[in-house]
Parts: sequence; structure tokens; C-alpha cells
Amino acid sequence: MKIKAQIAMVMNLDKCIGCHTCSITCKTAWTNRPGAEYIWFNNVETKPGIGYPKKWEDQDIYKGGWELRKGKLELKAGTKLNKMAWGKIFYNPDMPEIKDFYEPWTYDYENLTLTGEVQHSPVARPKSVITGERMDVQWGPNWEDDLAGGHVIGPQDPNMKKIEEEIKFSFEQAFMVYLPRICEHCLNPGCVASCPSGAMYKRDEDGIVLVDQEACRGWRYCTTGCPYKKVYFNWKTNKAEKCTFCYPRIESGTPTICSETCVGRLRYLGVLLYDADKVLEAASTEDEKGLYQAHCDLFLDPHDPAVIEQARKDGISEEWIEGAQNSPVYKLAIEYKLAFPLHPEYRTLPMVWYVPPLSPIMNYFEGKDSINNPDMIFPAIEEMRVPIDYLANLLTAGDAKPVKEALQKMAMMRMYMRADSSGKQFDEKRLEQVGLTANQIKQMYRLLSIAKYDDRYVIPKSHRENYVDPYHAQGIAGFEMGNNVSYVGTENGNFNNNTMMDFSAGCSGCSVGSSAMAPVMATSTGCGDGCGCSSSPTPIQSSSGGCGDGCGCGSTNTTVTAEPSFIPKLTTMLKKTGEQLSGKPVFEENFYGGIWRD
Amino acid sequence: MSFLDQFLWVIFPYVCIVIFIIGHIIRYRNDQFSWTAKSSEFIEKKQLMIGSLLFHLGIIPVILGHFAGLVIPREWMHSLGVSDHLYHIGAVYIGGLFGIMTLAGMLILTFRRFSLKSVRRLSSASDLIVNVLLLFIIIVGVYATFFTNAANPDFDYRQTISVWFRNLFILQPNAAYMVNVPISFQLHVITGFLIFAFWPFTRLVHVWSVPFNYSRRSYILYRKNERVS
Repeated sequence: MKIKAQIAMVMNLDKCIGCHTCSITCKTAWTNRPGAEYIWFNNVETKPGIGYPKKWEDQDIYKGGWELRKGKLELKAGTKLNKMAWGKIFYNPDMPEIKDFYEPWTYDYENLTLTGEVQHSPVARPKSVITGERMDVQWGPNWEDDLAGGHVIGPQDPNMKKIEEEIKFSFEQAFMVYLPRICEHCLNPGCVASCPSGAMYKRDEDGIVLVDQEACRGWRYCTTGCPYKKVYFNWKTNKAEKCTFCYPRIESGTPTICSETCVGRLRYLGVLLYDADKVLEAASTEDEKGLYQAHCDLFLDPHDPAVIEQARKDGISEEWIEGAQNSPVYKLAIEYKLAFPLHPEYRTLPMVWYVPPLSPIMNYFEGKDSINNPDMIFPAIEEMRVPIDYLANLLTAGDAKPVKEALQKMAMMRMYMRADSSGKQFDEKRLEQVGLTANQIKQMYRLLSIAKYDDRYVIPKSHRENYVDPYHAQGIAGFEMGNNVSYVGTENGNFNNNTMMDFSAGCSGCSVGSSAMAPVMATSTGCGDGCGCSSSPTPIQSSSGGCGDGCGCGSTNTTVTAEPSFIPKLTTMLKKTGEQLSGKPVFEENFYGGIWRD
Repeated sequence: MSFLDQFLWVIFPYVCIVIFIIGHIIRYRNDQFSWTAKSSEFIEKKQLMIGSLLFHLGIIPVILGHFAGLVIPREWMHSLGVSDHLYHIGAVYIGGLFGIMTLAGMLILTFRRFSLKSVRRLSSASDLIVNVLLLFIIIVGVYATFFTNAANPDFDYRQTISVWFRNLFILQPNAAYMVNVPISFQLHVITGFLIFAFWPFTRLVHVWSVPFNYSRRSYILYRKNERVS
């Protein structure tokens, strides 16, 4: 066993309102530069839809990710030799073009102020950023937002192809879901495996996948190798760029900018411990539907003394082990089994997971008398075959069972909390149907619905001050401040204060000098090299004792103890106002009301 | 021999070689960030497919052919059993075939670079210079292979250009070998050295980054920090 730690993310799709704040803050922080106009490290897609770039999920076109060939895991785009032998290095047949994303444009704003007195008011016409020519805008970021053109585009969604023809239509009318996407920072990243120059790598200490801008030679295999199409080609610098997981912020213990600014508070960040020796085996699981479980099995119980001991041996610090024990990601993905990887069938073992959305479905069976007869909810979930199959195609390679179970748990949580907060009776035996205890339900509710900042983001610091000259090696950490880009550095990799200010705009929490790493060594997954950084011998606080369900009672967050007294106050307050206004409890209306209803 | 001959066949080649070597060292040490294949496939794909494949798959055998003709002495070839006749057939027919392939590819790439607005806008001055220069070298090379060789059956570049070329590298330059060489070959040689002088400052550096290591490497790479000791 070789334990490594990774900062992973969970997004609760139930709460995403599609406001694109994450995309905007990400863009202003990272890709607001020439050559990167079209690049959205974070984007929010409306599903069903073809996404960004168009039809990215159709691996028959793009050949992203891995496949099993005679039981052996190989890149779908071809083996290493195949790529060299067939001249693919001179022309990559599977690579997306800019028109698959969209041609970036700006507007002729000057025309508005410089035009003299004319009969008609002047207009700012769009012009291409690439050619400088006037252009007719045919496609752009979020062209299909909120199912715009859905009757045309929706059926082209690769996830729809797997759903029976006759039910597609009713599905289109009833269902829509937002899917925020960033780089998955996979355990078995196709991009890293595809890079012929060895410029892409996974960071040993936190699993963040980066492009070494100094080593990238622009061979472009990575853009093909990533099945999520989250490695981009900067057409100005001619190098690959990708989501950096806001590593300067993560290093200093603050959440990524997309998480920080998420209006719906739907993102969770936390540490997962995994067994690096088993990654290949898990990714090679024969049955696609077994990949989700194999992925789950890679994650180690951070409360298990044997795991803790091995983690210490493998150089994981006490702070990180404690972080793993309090990790909201571990709770959502492993303990509650609410979160799922996006498209596990690509075999990259992605590390950004998703809680399937219940709300868009909820209103469907709200009409089926589930308020009066709460158990109607389960037959109703059964009946929602189409959305569940669709979600299963997204999240579990088509296996509907785990998705269904997650939705049932969430529905049960709503019913329980509704009864609890409105003072109604609730037969706790019903909880057994979903295999949860009342205590767990409350913990789940805290994490999902209250979602306090300190519960959502449990990020141990990287203590970059203990590392050699990280500032100097900025380029290898995915962000070059050298030549052609707007962040002009001074010589020898030292940057003056002004440029640093430019760079860190948007990462309020990043401490100066918390950045890159020196390329000390590049090892293969199988390499059992010790880390050489012995952790401090302070005893680890046991947090599993006394808490039957093991969920978070050892949490170090001070808000945890402060909350319980606050919640009843809030709920009684809400109840009062609700009753005063309409004479009935407010929760049904506010939680499920309106926008999804046909 | 005039000073011009000395300049063209002694001074100029050495200047180009020195720039080539020092330029690469300087660029590699100071500017890895701009060291890239500079592919424009992302902007345009269809024409690039034909042009790039023809050019690259043509130029590799052409370079090997140049090696055989310039670096390996005629006598060594003889001892390997390659007679002048056999060499000639190989050079003209096989070499010519790949030469035409390279030329066709280069013509498509040049047309693409100058006619497509998006590609032209993204081209730097060095891209355009390299493009035109390469096209010129290839045209002259193909011309020399087919027409000059046919017009001057007595001329053997392996007894003139090749000897002169090898002598450069053992520091015994002798311009006399080049003085009476047909003009097409002279042009080919001069522009050839010129592009070597441009080489370190252009996209051509990607040639040195052909990823042979890739086939031997493990798929997944981890990188680790160095701690302060």
C-alpha cells in the first residue's frame, strides 16, 4: 500500500442555479489573457445539451480517456507507439478545433464614440479576436444556456443516445440540470499519460494536475487525451493550459475561487486518502458499471488506525490526516454515498464528484400526493426512469441503482427534516429503508443544506514555506509569467511587486511565495519511493470514538458547536413567519416551488 | 579566388554554425516558454492535415538522404557495395520522390499560411521567413536534383560539395571545391546554411524536441517538492 492524499471536490447539483458566477470569477482570475479568451477552466453547462466543446462526451469523435484493449488499459487515442508510427504527431486527427469551442470575439466599441453625426445611431459590431475581422457570431459560451435551442441540440447530447427513443420527448419537457465543470484532477489522468514531453504531471502532495509551461512543446495530445476536454490549447502561446485547482489558494488552505464565490454554496473541498498502488487495477475494472465501486474502494478510511499509520509512513502530515478525517468529500462520497464521479466509464478516475439533483425531479412526484403520503416518493423515483437513466449515464456509467439510492436518501432527508422542523411525527423506522440513522440524516442536512463555510471547505495548508524556492519555478506549476502573456516578468524568474499583484488578483488568500515546486523527481505510479519528508510526531487526535456513525463528531470547526442552538431558533422563526403569512409550513413552498413545474 | 568565394564558402558557413550552436544554448537556457511546435492545427485542420503530413513525412527521408550524400564519403559507399550508378538511382528517383512530396506539402502549407486570414494573423515574422525560406530551399533542391543533374551529367556533388562540407567540420575549409558548382546547388547550400542560422530563433527548434522518451516512459507522472533541509 502506498497512500497518497488528494484535495478533491464535490458539487451538489441539487443546489446549482446556473448563475455562472464560478465561471466568471475563474475567468477573471486565470484566463483573462490573449490566447485564452475562449478558455473556461470552469464552465456551467445545461444538460441535456452538447456542452463545451460541442459534443465533448462523444468519445467516438474525440477519442479521449482510456479503454481496455485485451484487458490492458490503453489510451483510446492510441498507444504511445501508434501515435509516433502513424505520424499523428504531425497531425492529430482527434483534436478539437477552435470552432468546436467557439471563436472568441470582441465588439467594435470605438465606433460608438468616434462616429460623427449620422442618421442612424452607431452600433458596436462583433469582430473576431483572432482575425480582427467582423464576424457573424454563430456559437459562443453557453449558447445553449437554459436549454436554448434544446429541441435541436438536446437530442444530440451523447447521454441521450443511450435512452430509449420514445421517452426522449417527455424527458425534454420535464427535466433540465446544470452541470458545472472544471478539470477533474483524475487519479489516472489521460492528459498526463498523453503528454509526450512529460510536461504534465500530478502533484505528489495534493494530486493537482498541472502543465509545466516550460516543458510543454505544444504536441497537443493532452487536449485529445482528456475525455472531459479540460486541457486547452492557448492559440497565442501555443502551449497547453488547464484548470490549476487554484493551487496557490489551496496551498494556503483557502478554497478554489470557483468554490469561494459559489452563490449556491454547492461546492465542497476536502482531502481523500487513496492507495496509489491500486489505481491502475481500479481503472482496469472489466465492467464499466463496476468502475464506480472500484473507484470508491480506492479511498481509505481515514479513521482506520492501520491507514493512519501507513499514511504517516508515506509522509502524510498529521494536519492532512486530520483533514482527511474531517473531509466533507469523504462524507458525501463514501459515508453517505451521495456523490458520484462524472463519466467513470472514461476510466480516468476523476476526482470532482457530483451529488445528483433531486429538485428537478421532486416536483414531478410532489403532484403524486407525496406530501400526504410520504412513501409515495419511492415509487415516484422508480417511475422517473428517464431522468434517472440520464443521470446514471452521466454519473455511474449507466448503473441506475446507486443514483436512485442517493436520490432516495436525499428525499428521505427532506421528509425527515420537514417533519422535524415543523414539529410533526416521523416514524424513524422509515429511515432504515435508506440505511441511515436520524443522526446521520441531521449531519447530512447540516452539510448539504446549512453548508457552512468551514464545513464545506476543510483544506489543510501545504506549508509551502518549508519547500525550496517555489517562487522561482512558477512556470512548471502551470502558470508562466514570462514572455508573450500579459504578466511580464523581470529576469531570472523573479517578478516585481506589480506583476505579482496582477497575478494574484482574485486569490485574496494566496500567501506570497506559495506557488510552484521544484521538479525534484518524476516517478511512475508504481514507484514506491518514500517521500522523504517525515511528518511531525505529534499524536493524532482520535475523532472516531463515541460517534456511532463516524460522521464528523471530531470536527475541529468551531462553528459546529455553535450551530445547534442556532438552527432551532431559525426554524421556529421561519415557522412562525410562515404560519403567520399563509397558515401552513413554509418549507414545501420554498424548497420545491415554481421554476421546475411545467 | 575572390573574397566573395572565401566569404560564401568559408566565413559564412562558420558564422551560421556558430550562431546555430550558441543560439540554441542561449534560447534553451533563457526561453523555454516559447519553445514549442507552434502548431496551428487548432485554428485550421483540413489543409494542415494534407500539408503537414506530406511535408513532414517527406522531409525526414530527404534529411536522411542528405546525410547519405554529404556525410558518408563516396568510397565508403563503394565498400558497402553501393555503386555510383546505384547511388544515383537512389538519389534521383527515391530522393526525388520524397523531394516532390516535401515540396507539395510545403506549397500547401505556404498557401494555407498566406491565404487563410486566421493563420496569417497568428504568424510571427519568423514564421513567415522560415516558411518562405524553406519553400525556396526545397524548390531549388528539387530543381537541382532533376534538372541540374540532368543538364550536367559530368557533375558529381559527392566529389565537390560533400568533400567541401566534410572539410568544414575537420576545420580544413577549402572554398575551391565550391567555386565551379552549378548555381542551383550553390543557392541550395547557401540558403541551407542561412536557415541553420535562423534555426534557434524560430519554431524550427521543435525538431530537437521530438519526444523519443515518450515510448519508454510510464504513463502517469508525479512530481514532488523539494523540502528545505
